Amino acid sequence: MKQQRLGAWIAFVVGTLYFIVPLIGTFEFSLRLKRGEYSFEAYRVVLTDPKFLASFGYSTLMALITIVIGIVLVVPTAYWIQLRLPKLRPLVEFITLLPLVMPAIIIVFGYLRLYNSSSLIPLTANARSTDLLLAFSYVTLALPYMYRAVETGMRAIDVRTLTEAGEILGASMVTILFKVIFPNVRVAILSGAFLTFATVIGEFTMASLLNRPAFGPYLQLIGANRAYEPSALAIIAFLVTWACMGLINVFGQARQPKRA
Amino acid sequence: MPFLEISDVRKQFGPNVVVKGFDLAIEQGEFVSFLGPSGCGKTTVLRMVAGFENPTAGRILIDGKDVTTLRPNQRNVGMVFQAYALFPNMTVADNVAFGLKVAKRPAEEVKARVDEMLNMIKLPQLATRYPYQCSGGQQQRVALARALAHKPKVLLLDEPLSALDAKIRVSLREEIRALQRTLGITTIFVTHDQEEALSVSDRIVVMNEGKADQVGTPFEIYNNPATRFVANFVGTLSVLKGKVVDASSGKIQIGRHEIVASRRMFKGNPGDPCSVALRPEAAVLENGHDHAAAKPNGANGNGVLRNRIGGTVDDVHFLGSVVRIKVKVEDDAISLDTFNNPNTTPPQRGAPVTVSFTPADVLVLEGA
Repeated sequence: MKQQRLGAWIAFVVGTLYFIVPLIGTFEFSLRLKRGEYSFEAYRVVLTDPKFLASFGYSTLMALITIVIGIVLVVPTAYWIQLRLPKLRPLVEFITLLPLVMPAIIIVFGYLRLYNSSSLIPLTANARSTDLLLAFSYVTLALPYMYRAVETGMRAIDVRTLTEAGEILGASMVTILFKVIFPNVRVAILSGAFLTFATVIGEFTMASLLNRPAFGPYLQLIGANRAYEPSALAIIAFLVTWACMGLINVFGQARQPKRA
Repeated sequence: MPFLEISDVRKQFGPNVVVKGFDLAIEQGEFVSFLGPSGCGKTTVLRMVAGFENPTAGRILIDGKDVTTLRPNQRNVGMVFQAYALFPNMTVADNVAFGLKVAKRPAEEVKARVDEMLNMIKLPQLATRYPYQCSGGQQQRVALARALAHKPKVLLLDEPLSALDAKIRVSLREEIRALQRTLGITTIFVTHDQEEALSVSDRIVVMNEGKADQVGTPFEIYNNPATRFVANFVGTLSVLKGKVVDASSGKIQIGRHEIVASRRMFKGNPGDPCSVALRPEAAVLENGHDHAAAKPNGANGNGVLRNRIGGTVDDVHFLGSVVRIKVKVEDDAISLDTFNNPNTTPPQRGAPVTVSFTPADVLVLEGA
């Protein structure tokens, strides 16, 4: 028994070191911009760089748009599949998992072929429509996370009976969706939203190939030309991701379903 | 004109015919139970009345209006579900108010009605609690209040007591019945529990394989079952195999015993196989084999003719106020109930006994 516990602790410590040592190394390196002393100079340089603010702002905005489109697309779909088309669930799950096994570069090349400026739907013809295409690309990329999170939330409640209870009380499907289903899968939607945010904020391939000023390409650019700032950016990106994960936990624990 | 009319309703799921030509007329204020085993179609009929399923054929009329194709939210019916189905994100008061708010009733009216409904179910103190903070019985009461708050024309109860423990089931079914009587609301109650159905209903519809086998008052259903299925399903029944001796005088041979049945005329030629059934409360236990009385129509001291059959005690079940004794009679068995008497020891297994019953207690079932 004690040996088992010791083994578990060793595995835990080794795993933690494997994860944390490079991070500490990166953090330590990011503090060495000024020779002979530790400072947050690299962070100051990065955070005061107008390109950082612009690219981070752009990616944040894209993430929010992606979240909104994702919620509008995924929540009613997952709801309807749970309620009326349960037989389609395996097919939809397969489709939503495709972005995980298909490299982003293939997806974006597909989009470029379909929506280039000489196609029927020339989404790459100007910057705004390219932004829209990028948002759609992000929706595809984040689909596995958003769908999984929402679907798990839907499974945790008795969607069918709650819907029927709402209907018999005179409510329309839209009312039921907004007043009954949405509030009860709120935590799941938020989880999906934060995962989407974390995915979009550092995404490089799609933004780069669509030539949009996102945070991912900015990270790559800084990495190619500077020494200490990329480490500072890596730490900032980690903090953003961790903040998202922390928020998922905070909202998840805010109102756990309980039984009397 | 009936308040709720279900005319020749059929329901088919793919090749499966779940409801086969179901007819029922329910008067205003009546409490009707659908009783039957799992898969008999009782819930499907209820769901068609609610509007959750569309009938493959037939019509449903509520208060003279054809609602067959209407959506559930257009029918003005209330429903209580087995799994409570309270909205977890809303307080008890908000749950009760939901139907009224959807109907866009004025806020003062909503508040007054919610207070009235919570007082009616005797749970005004739970108004601000969430469903997960209430017990199962409390949740089901709230579900009942929610179903009644918007004053529906018909109340549908889909096995509302199934998820509750035995004691609460009994008290809640009495409360439901009392409320239904007070409000005078037409009610359909789906259950597979015969005791529930017998105790609260004005009428019972016993369903079997998508059809109504018998519709009648609890008294009729229990005492005069129309079919073998109803006889078997409602109450406990001991079935004995026999042969017709003389149909005109009701004589039947059960093994080496000859008994008389006087309750219902039956057909058959001498020697034809038949089955007879006895309710546990109809049979009386007498100690020892009374060979002299083990003959047809032995008369007791009061001059009432009684059938007597000898057997041995096979099993004794102590059920609290009642002791159920199973007596082996040749290849069959008779179950009989006696009241528990603390001063009398129940018979031992293997003890020879005589079971007696009147000719009127014998139910002759169709077919062998």
